[in-house]
Amino acid sequence: MIWLLSGALFWAAAFAVNVAVARSRHSARRWARVFVPALFGITILVVWECLVRGLGISPVLLPAPSAIAARFASSGEILWQDFVQTAVKGALSGYVIGCAAAFLTAILVDRRDFLRRGLLPVGNFVAALPIVGIAPILVKWYGFGWESKAAVVVVMVFFPMLINTVSGLGETSAMQRDLMRTYAAGYWTTLLKLRLPAAMPFVFNGLKISTTLALIGAIVAEYFGSPIYGMGFRIQSEAGRLSMDMVWAEIAVAALAGSVFYGAVALMERIVTFWHPSQRSQR
Amino acid sequence: MRSVLPVLAVIAAIIALWYAGALALNAKWAREQAARSGTELSLTALVVETMNQERALLPAPHQVLAELWDSTVNKRVTSKRSLVFHGWITLQATLWGFALGVVVGVGLAIAIVYSKVMDMSVMPWAIISQTIPIVAIAPMIIVVMSLIGIEERLVPKAVISAYLCFFPILVGMVKGLRAPESAQLDLMRTYNASALQSFFKLRLPASLPYLFASAKVGIAAALVGTIVGELPTGALRGLGARILVGDQFGPPIRIWSALLAASILAAALVATVGLIQRITLKRMGMAQ
Repeated sequence: MIWLLSGALFWAAAFAVNVAVARSRHSARRWARVFVPALFGITILVVWECLVRGLGISPVLLPAPSAIAARFASSGEILWQDFVQTAVKGALSGYVIGCAAAFLTAILVDRRDFLRRGLLPVGNFVAALPIVGIAPILVKWYGFGWESKAAVVVVMVFFPMLINTVSGLGETSAMQRDLMRTYAAGYWTTLLKLRLPAAMPFVFNGLKISTTLALIGAIVAEYFGSPIYGMGFRIQSEAGRLSMDMVWAEIAVAALAGSVFYGAVALMERIVTFWHPSQRSQR
Repeated sequence: MRSVLPVLAVIAAIIALWYAGALALNAKWAREQAARSGTELSLTALVVETMNQERALLPAPHQVLAELWDSTVNKRVTSKRSLVFHGWITLQATLWGFALGVVVGVGLAIAIVYSKVMDMSVMPWAIISQTIPIVAIAPMIIVVMSLIGIEERLVPKAVISAYLCFFPILVGMVKGLRAPESAQLDLMRTYNASALQSFFKLRLPASLPYLFASAKVGIAAALVGTIVGELPTGALRGLGARILVGDQFGPPIRIWSALLAASILAAALVATVGLIQRITLKRMGMAQ
C-alpha cells in the first residue's frame, strides 16, 4: 500500500512541476525542452517500480525497473556481444550498404525522366510492403551468420531510401536550374553544387526511416536462425525460459541502440542541412 | 496517365531481373542433377530445368503465381491450406490493430494540441518509441499475454500492429489539428463558439486530409506489424505463420506465395483507405 501511495504522490508532484515549467516563461528554453520529457520518463519508471512492488506483480510478468537495471549491470558482457553481433555487424553494415546502393541508384535513375516517373510509384508501393517476410529466404541463402542479417537489412532499407533520394533530387525549381545554366555549369557541377544539397533534407528523411528498419530487419532475421548469440536470438530464447529481466535488459539495449543510431543521423542532418527552415526554427 | 508506360516498363524490368536471378541461382542444382544422371544439359534444357524446379532456391514468377492460384482458388476457403483463410486471420488482426492505433494516435494528438504539458512531455517519447525495434518486444508481449490468460493470438498481434501504426497517425493528426489559421480560430471566437464546438466544426474537419494521408501509411505499417507479430512467435495461422511454416517444413515456394499474398493485401488495404479518402473529401468539398 505504501508503495502505491508513494507512487501516486510522486506522479502528482512530478506532474505539478511539469505543468509549472510548461506554463512558465522558460518553456521555450532548451533546458525546459529536455527537463520536461526527462521528468516524464522518470515518472513512468518510478510509477512502474511502485506498481510492481505495491501490487506484488510476479517478476515473470513484469519485472521492476530496478531488477532490469541490476540484470543489465551484471550481464554486460553478454549484452555487448549480442549488440556487436546484431546492431554493428548485422544492422549497421546492411544499413551502410543498402543506403549507399539506393543513393547511387537514385542518382543514376534521376538522369532519365522516364525511369524516374516509372520508379517512384513502384518504389512507393514496394516501400509499403511487408518486406521483412523475406527474412527466412535470405537466411536460407546466406546462412546463419551476420551476412544474412545484413542482406535482409539491405533489402529493407533500399526502397525507402531510393524514393526519398529520387524525390529529393527533383526538389530544385526551374529558376534555380536556369541560374546554374547561366553560370555555364555542367551536369556534375549542377548536381554537386545545387541538386544534392537541395536533396539533403529528403535524403536524411530516408536515412532516419531506415535506422529503425535496419534494427527491425536484423532482429527479425535472427528469429529464423542465428549463432547462439545476438539480440534476436537472446530475446527469443530468454522469453521461452521466462527470464523476463534478461528480455527487458535486451530490449533496453535495443532501445538504446535505436535511439543513439537515430540521434546520430539526426545530428548529422543538423550539421549538413543547417540552412533548412525546420532546423533553423529549433534554435 | 502520363506515368502508366514508365511504371509498366519498370515492372517488366523487375520481372525480367527475377527470371534472370532464377536462372542464375537455380543453375547450380540443375547442373548437379544432370551430372549425377550422367547427362549434359543443353542451354535450352538448362533454362527449362531452372524454371520448373520443385524446391528452387529462387522460384520463377510463374511458379509463384501458379502456387498462389492453387492455394487461393483451388482450395476451400475454410481449409488450412488456403491463403484466403490465412489472409483473413491476418486481416482481422491488422484491422483491430489499425483501429487501436487510430484511437491511441488521435487521442494523444488531441491531448497534445490542447495541452502544452502533454506536448512537451509526450511528443519526444512518442518519437523515441519508434526508434525501439518493436520486434524486440513481440515475443515478450505474446508470452506475457498467454501468462495472463489471453490465449487468443489476435490480441498480441493487434497490440504490436497498433504500436507500429499509431505514430504516423499521431504526427499527421497533430499537424492537422493545428492546421486552422489563427484568423479562423478568431472567427470561431467571435461566434462565441465553445471549445467543443470549435473542435468539431473547425479543427476536426480541417484535420481530415492529414488524417487520411497518414492513415494510408498507418494501415501499411499495421499490416507489417501483424506479420512481424506472427513471425517469431510460432503462430499457427495467418500469413506470417505461413511464411514461418514454409521456412521450416514446406517447400520454399510457400514462402513466396505467402509474401505475394501479403503484398496484394497491403495494396488492397492502401487502395481502400484511398477510396474512402476520395469519397469523404469530395463530399466535404475538400477534394483537390
